[in-house]
Amino acid sequence: MSAADCGKLLLLQAELDGELDAAEAAALAEHRAGCAVCAQGRAALLAAREAMRAATYHRASAEFRHALAARLRTDRGGAGRSEPRLRPVRWPGPTWWGPLTTFGAGAALAAAIILTVSPMGRQGIVAQLVDDHVRALQPGHLLDVVSTNQHTVKPWFDGRLDFAPPVKDLAGDGFPLVGGRLDYLHGRDVAVLVYTHGKHVVELFVWPASGEATEPARADRHGYHVIHWTAAGMSLSAVSDLEPAGLEQFVRDWQHSP
Amino acid sequence: MVSEDAFAAVALPHLDAALNLARWLTGSAADAEDVVQEAMVRALTYFSSFRGGSSRAWILQIVRNTAYGALKARHGERLAGHTSFDEAGGIEDLPDLADGPEKSLMLADDLSRIDGLIERLPVELRETLVLRELEELSYREIAHVTAAPIGTVMSRLWRARKMLVRAAAEGEAR
Repeated sequence: MSAADCGKLLLLQAELDGELDAAEAAALAEHRAGCAVCAQGRAALLAAREAMRAATYHRASAEFRHALAARLRTDRGGAGRSEPRLRPVRWPGPTWWGPLTTFGAGAALAAAIILTVSPMGRQGIVAQLVDDHVRALQPGHLLDVVSTNQHTVKPWFDGRLDFAPPVKDLAGDGFPLVGGRLDYLHGRDVAVLVYTHGKHVVELFVWPASGEATEPARADRHGYHVIHWTAAGMSLSAVSDLEPAGLEQFVRDWQHSP
Repeated sequence: MVSEDAFAAVALPHLDAALNLARWLTGSAADAEDVVQEAMVRALTYFSSFRGGSSRAWILQIVRNTAYGALKARHGERLAGHTSFDEAGGIEDLPDLADGPEKSLMLADDLSRIDGLIERLPVELRETLVLRELEELSYREIAHVTAAPIGTVMSRLWRARKMLVRAAAEGEAR
């Protein structure tokens, strides 16, 4: 079917979409009373509308709705911990920096970035690790599984990750394991093992590594320290506000623990 | 500190709309949930800059931009393929309705096929159609969400409907 353009088809469409005011509608009505093109155009538009009535409207599942609502509430405390877990999303914005100034007050910012690009693959990961760590320190964020028993923590990760992170308890070295959680780093899920040392929290981020084993290297950011190394096919990053010597001790203890 | 309660009151009523748009843009339920979650977190961050007006259009704009980011990251070349669509000629012609419009009206009875036909529309046409027909946004709101002039919204809508009717007619003829 070849149809001439009467020049009013978009107006016709606008009328059906309820976008014309009374004057415009009246002007169009005068035209289309005797316009065969408009008659066909109208039929086609109605056909499209009718067809769209059968289109699926995708609604948020109750589970997703609850999980998201909980997620949006979590800044006010531990609400939502029992809700279905969502992939963590990094929260930019001012709420992040409150804890930073609290925990990092007075700490030297001038630390040399020993980790440049090489060991971590991409620049910015130090910032991400520290940000994730700081976010986790907010109430209710730290742990997905609470346990001082490595034999509880390790199976907890099974089925939640596509790899099996090594889990060690370093209580004998002064770094008791308190639990674990999942986090999201540079496009993949990672395991986080959470340890304490006095009043400090040490987090160990673990994800599969592609390269060869690397020696520990340290980076510092806003008074937090990150030590990264690669061993046995895993990338490991220890993050804490513990002083560098203390964190280095943690890494040595981890490496030497069976 | 942003009030999460105030944000939730503005944003959560539009969660279905957000998910629906994300699903139609990404084509997958899991991707849609990822996109919506990221978009809601972004929206919370930007909430202090929300000046009132249509909160649904505001949310959907963020969802749409987030979905485009995800799509580009995954297969940018597919998106790029459609950029010249608006420049194609013959905006205001009629769909080819081989058997007349009455016949095409009946095509709508085949409910199961329509989703597939919509999914095959170029993304600009698909989003415009979904925003108009499923979300019932005004032209002005669609223009806001898709960052396009109203004239472009109108011609995209026309093309989308035309392609839909034509595709339905072709499917019927087979």
